[in-house]
Amino acid sequence: MAARLVSRCGAVGAAAYSSPLVSCRRWSGASTDTVYDVVVSGGGLVGAAMACALGYDIHFHDKKILLLEAGPKKVLEKLSETYSNRVSSISPGSATLLSSFGAWDHICNMRYRAFRRMQVWDACSEALIMFDKDNLDDMGYIVENDVIMHALTKQLEAVSDRVTVLYRSKAIRYTWPCPFPMADSSPWVHITLGDGSTFQTKLLIGADGHNSGVRQAAGIQNVSWNYDQSAVVATLHLSEATENNVAWQRFLPSGPIALLPLSDTLSSLVWSTSHEHAAQLVSMDEEKFVDAVNSAFWSDADHTDFIDTAGAMLQYAVGLLKPTKVSARQLPPSVARVDAKSRVLFPLGLGHAAEYVRPRVALIGDAAHRVHPLAGQGVNMGFGDISSLAHHLSTAAFNGKDLGSMSHLTGYETERQRHNTALLAATDLLKRLYSTSAAPLVLLRTWGLQATNAVSPLKEQIMAFASK
Amino acid sequence: MWGGGKLGSSGGWFLRVLGPGGRNTKAVRPLISSVYVKNQLSWILQIKPGVFNEYRTMWFKSYRMTFSCLNRIKSFRYRWARLYSTSQTTVDSGEVKTFLALAHKWWDEQGIYAPLHSMNDLRVPFIRDNLLKTIPNHQPGKPLFGMKILDVGCGGGLLTEPLGRLGASVIGIDPVDENIKTAQCHKSFDPVLDKRIEYRVCSLEEIVEETAETFDAVVASEVVEHVIDLETFLQCCCQVLKPSGSLFITTINKTQLSYALGIVFSEQIAAIVPKGTHTWEKFVSPETLESILESNGLLVQTVVGMLYNPFSGYWHWSENTSLNYAAHAVKSGVQEHPMSAEFAFKGEAEELQANACTNPAVHEELKK
Repeated sequence: MAARLVSRCGAVGAAAYSSPLVSCRRWSGASTDTVYDVVVSGGGLVGAAMACALGYDIHFHDKKILLLEAGPKKVLEKLSETYSNRVSSISPGSATLLSSFGAWDHICNMRYRAFRRMQVWDACSEALIMFDKDNLDDMGYIVENDVIMHALTKQLEAVSDRVTVLYRSKAIRYTWPCPFPMADSSPWVHITLGDGSTFQTKLLIGADGHNSGVRQAAGIQNVSWNYDQSAVVATLHLSEATENNVAWQRFLPSGPIALLPLSDTLSSLVWSTSHEHAAQLVSMDEEKFVDAVNSAFWSDADHTDFIDTAGAMLQYAVGLLKPTKVSARQLPPSVARVDAKSRVLFPLGLGHAAEYVRPRVALIGDAAHRVHPLAGQGVNMGFGDISSLAHHLSTAAFNGKDLGSMSHLTGYETERQRHNTALLAATDLLKRLYSTSAAPLVLLRTWGLQATNAVSPLKEQIMAFASK
Repeated sequence: MWGGGKLGSSGGWFLRVLGPGGRNTKAVRPLISSVYVKNQLSWILQIKPGVFNEYRTMWFKSYRMTFSCLNRIKSFRYRWARLYSTSQTTVDSGEVKTFLALAHKWWDEQGIYAPLHSMNDLRVPFIRDNLLKTIPNHQPGKPLFGMKILDVGCGGGLLTEPLGRLGASVIGIDPVDENIKTAQCHKSFDPVLDKRIEYRVCSLEEIVEETAETFDAVVASEVVEHVIDLETFLQCCCQVLKPSGSLFITTINKTQLSYALGIVFSEQIAAIVPKGTHTWEKFVSPETLESILESNGLLVQTVVGMLYNPFSGYWHWSENTSLNYAAHAVKSGVQEHPMSAEFAFKGEAEELQANACTNPAVHEELKK
């Protein structure tokens, strides 16, 4: 127990361990800086949404929240004609969270695209899986990050009496309370900003991305590795206007390529591939790039007769067992041109924090977990963290509890780690399974994908898990 | 992960609780130790199951030790009670020093007071929801705003602070100087609580006159089993309550179970302590409590059992009141509307309870 306690709190406390002999009166007299109930470090999508969720929570009406954002305030004066190349796939669960504090209405008034189907298929065989909802419910939404950010900023302005937002400010030092509760040392986390101002908080939420400063300062172990892949994003114009409500993804041996609908004529590209290839894709001229994208979706060059035959056999067997036709293969739209200057690449990696919480600290979003974009789950995992943490904190506040107490923070950690590790492991496995063109593995994944596609209950389970 | 760590280290707990426990108690012997008295339940319950099965003899031995501790503790309750009913002038500096070492433990959520910390998950909603029935329009974020609450025997302020966070103005009193110092110091770091909470070193009797009919609620949590004159104590509680005010009590029942564990086993069978310690008799059954309350003009609304699960470290509501229980009583209202205040907002209270998500199926004993 003691060892456990030290491992969990020791690193945190060492720096902050001030003399226990200082009397409490002097302590409380000396620290005149504001005490916040919650400080969220990092004002990206996840951090801002966290501050919103708490700011609009009924049991937080009497609480003081601070959001720290290193960048400037981002408000779209007018929605630009061209689409941004940074988009997120928002699951229905995330949309529910966003509408719980009114941000979804702003997004609806600006622009977003719902998709009703998702088709995933293999470049090395005919195997495919089709996710769709019978009842015409939306499977998810493709929304530009700028639009989500704008909606969150608007909603934060509306609760400025509870939520203070400091832009262009970054914490440079966190001082943790003493791990062993001493009667006369401050129990709060002390935060020092770049400009020298200091704050105290009962709970610090780290939403500062995969290089989280909060995580490092807290000494929380992080398991991480970089993939041998970079993702290229771009905004693409389709050859002809279509209904465009399908999210397409094809697994190439070099990495998955995905086409996400933005409008009737526009789609967003996320192409994960080797670093060299990604660099070439970004620098090659536009016509060649469009050709590369089209052939990535259409080429059969990686097919082998053996796998095709094996796949057809299983397909035949499934047809005998289950005469009703499983969803028919659809063809992805062809791409006509790419938006100028919309091509950008960024490296990919996986990361997972060994702990999401410490006394008075909680990590959310990429600070706690970084994932390959192939399942489009990155930001949704972050929003899922917010739902869970906000729920636990709201209950704690209504029970009059100390918000930084481990008793409810561990509840959040358990709940989210269970969900996130499963997703992370599945994503990593898929990435590895599809990164090869070795025949036995291709056969395995071909049959696996076909079988999964044929078993509707299994497919429904996967959809339910991914739309949380 | 944290919970796992806790479970995994159950062996360590075992040693810490039981091994040095006996020694500890001896060391504390000359101390006015409300600490140990209050915490006696956890002494029994912190024993872990794996240990039971694997080391039966060891378990047996340790159980004896536990009860020896328990009974030693009990023998000090008189002293504590005496202290309670008079004042704290008898505290000597040597004791203060020893106590200082323990005082900071009040706020260690994993430490010796862990069961009291986790009891808040039950008693705070219990108090909150019953009080919310009497507030027509409560402010979101601070539902108990405008309420004046007296926390009798507040210790380190474990229950006082949550009530303050819910918006109430709370006065916490405790006869032990060091407890109040700890509580005072702990709240001083929170500017909001610092304004809402006031702590005093005194006994209830000492403030009865100046605070007659002042409080909307009086809370005596894990206290009544320690007082020397229960009737006077409850009478005082009633006097400081406003008409229609609420009294909340949590305590330990006086049952055959506690007799079997606490008296027969450790005194007659194990013979660890001299026969006739009989402090068990200070435990209060809900029936006795109820009759005393009624004779003082307090109507018992609810009595509900609480059970501690030593493995999870959480408390649960229970129909069974044979070990621990919580009670809610209401002082008879002013003559013109007896009880009207209680039921006026029942509809809304139910709505609140639906929102509140916590409260158990309390069986209401409405005695009129």
